[in-house]
Amino acid sequence: MSITVTSARSARKGHYRLVEGLVEAMCMALGLVLAIWALLPIYNMLLIALSDHGAVFSGDTYPHEPSFHSFVVVWTQGFWYLERFWHQFGNSFFIGLMTMLLTLLIGTMTSFTVARLKLRHGWLLTNAALMTYVIPASFLAIPFYRIMNIYGLGNNPWSVIAAMVTFATPYAIFIFQHYGKSIPMELDESARIDGATPIQIYFLIYLPLMSPALVAVGTYALLLAWNEYLYQFLLLSSKDSMTVSVALAQFLNSDEAPWNYMMATAVVYAVPPIAIYYASRRYMAAGLTMGGVKG
Amino acid sequence: MSTTQQVLTIGQDVAAIRRKRRAWHGSLQGSDFAWAIAFAVPYACVFIAFVVYPILFGFWLGSDPDLYVELLDDPAFITTVINTLIYVGLGVNLKMLLAFLLSGFFFRKSWWTKTLLVIYILPWAMPALPAFMSIHWLLNGEWGFLNSVLHQLFNIEGPHWLNEQWLGLTANISAYTWKNMPFWTVIFLAGRMAIPQELYEAAAVDGANRWRGFRHITFPLMAQLYLVSTLLSTIFSLGDFNSVFFVTGGGPAMSTEVLATLGIRYAFTLGDPRLGVAAVLTSLPLLIPLVVLLMHMLRRQEMQL
Repeated sequence: MSITVTSARSARKGHYRLVEGLVEAMCMALGLVLAIWALLPIYNMLLIALSDHGAVFSGDTYPHEPSFHSFVVVWTQGFWYLERFWHQFGNSFFIGLMTMLLTLLIGTMTSFTVARLKLRHGWLLTNAALMTYVIPASFLAIPFYRIMNIYGLGNNPWSVIAAMVTFATPYAIFIFQHYGKSIPMELDESARIDGATPIQIYFLIYLPLMSPALVAVGTYALLLAWNEYLYQFLLLSSKDSMTVSVALAQFLNSDEAPWNYMMATAVVYAVPPIAIYYASRRYMAAGLTMGGVKG
Repeated sequence: MSTTQQVLTIGQDVAAIRRKRRAWHGSLQGSDFAWAIAFAVPYACVFIAFVVYPILFGFWLGSDPDLYVELLDDPAFITTVINTLIYVGLGVNLKMLLAFLLSGFFFRKSWWTKTLLVIYILPWAMPALPAFMSIHWLLNGEWGFLNSVLHQLFNIEGPHWLNEQWLGLTANISAYTWKNMPFWTVIFLAGRMAIPQELYEAAAVDGANRWRGFRHITFPLMAQLYLVSTLLSTIFSLGDFNSVFFVTGGGPAMSTEVLATLGIRYAFTLGDPRLGVAAVLTSLPLLIPLVVLLMHMLRRQEMQL
């Protein structure tokens, strides 16, 4: 009697182990599919960048003779579309940096006055930010382009910075208000009693305590500006003012453009934001609320 | 009138003035109020100069009713509206459902899912432009990687993915899903992690199996997040320009165009900004209810993530 019970139990245990093993195997299969799905376009990009011009059209599925020729061309600006590549790289960086600084400045100032100074009717600003957040950026592109010409900012990097700051500050204000709730108001009040002015509280208490949120939002703004295409394409037209994304898209203007140079440029353009993203992922996770998903 | 009464009435007047002032200043006094205003000025300026003004300018550009007659006469516009509805309706829901299911997959704590998540997030971490350019070339009918693989592994002649309307739309939706799904997976993963584990343990003690745990704990707690995310994503994908512009480019023959790309094409390729704005404005009957619904949901319950 007891023998049959034990054997039944061990049979059931074996059955469970089998089911668990099957589930694990299925999960691994799914994981493999996901990895291929995620990496396919990236592999394709590297494959073409590492091919010679002729090999691009050979239908190879792996680089037979990988060559870094295309990357050398990008590095030395050795192609018509890439003549001013490093200058344009600098433009992208400048626009990203200015967007980051202005977004942080305007975002913290707004959330400081609404949440800490308790400005009456401050909710108007918060609602304005929310409204901006839900307007698809591409829908505003046409009037924005016209208005920048009215402001006399045509073909000027500051027009792109203005656009990027406009679309980055709403997210910044949300995150700052959300994060700011964790900083006790008593700090402000005791500083007040000691005679601190609002600007001293802003610089000496508010900003230092907000630094994790500043890193998250700063990264977000920098990446938003670096990755943007439409506004930069519309607002920057000359070779000296354009950014890397616009220069990269130029390759599509001609059917003759070498695909391997284009993909090498794409890789060089994509590496900095990927590196920054992974480096700051820890901080980004802290401020993931609603996220930066504007296309 | 006695002096005491006078003092009292003056006192009342002062109190009234103070009340009035308090209505505007809040609890702030004197220079503090000036500081509060000064801190509010930069964003107010940005909002007026770069949001309000362009919106009003846009409405003015698209105010001529004849533009809409012109749009309805253009067969490309009708195709575009249908494409936009398919692209947004199918793309967003497919992406959200998959992201939700995959968040459950990544919630499993095993040694390799963490590594996989790092790889899986790559499409989101990289800029849209190079990714979509690569996908465009990947799907090239003659020399693309996908058809090369199909040929070498299975000896199948793959179709010309980007030369036909429905295949092109599928390609756009797939590219869109590829790029954006990781982000929402991470959002849902964070949502799942916020659910206290004790709830599941208590349910297990009461004899609930995994399905019932999902049905009665995970699902109700995640429903709000799922709905808000879907609404937000729908609004953003309506304005998504990059995936369509770089994967199919709206082709062949403008058959996969969506409103965001058609507006830009009218305005800058054909040089008719008024018509472009009008095309974009036709999305308002869909956009406004979505925004109102989203605001309502956000107000009802503060997003906690």
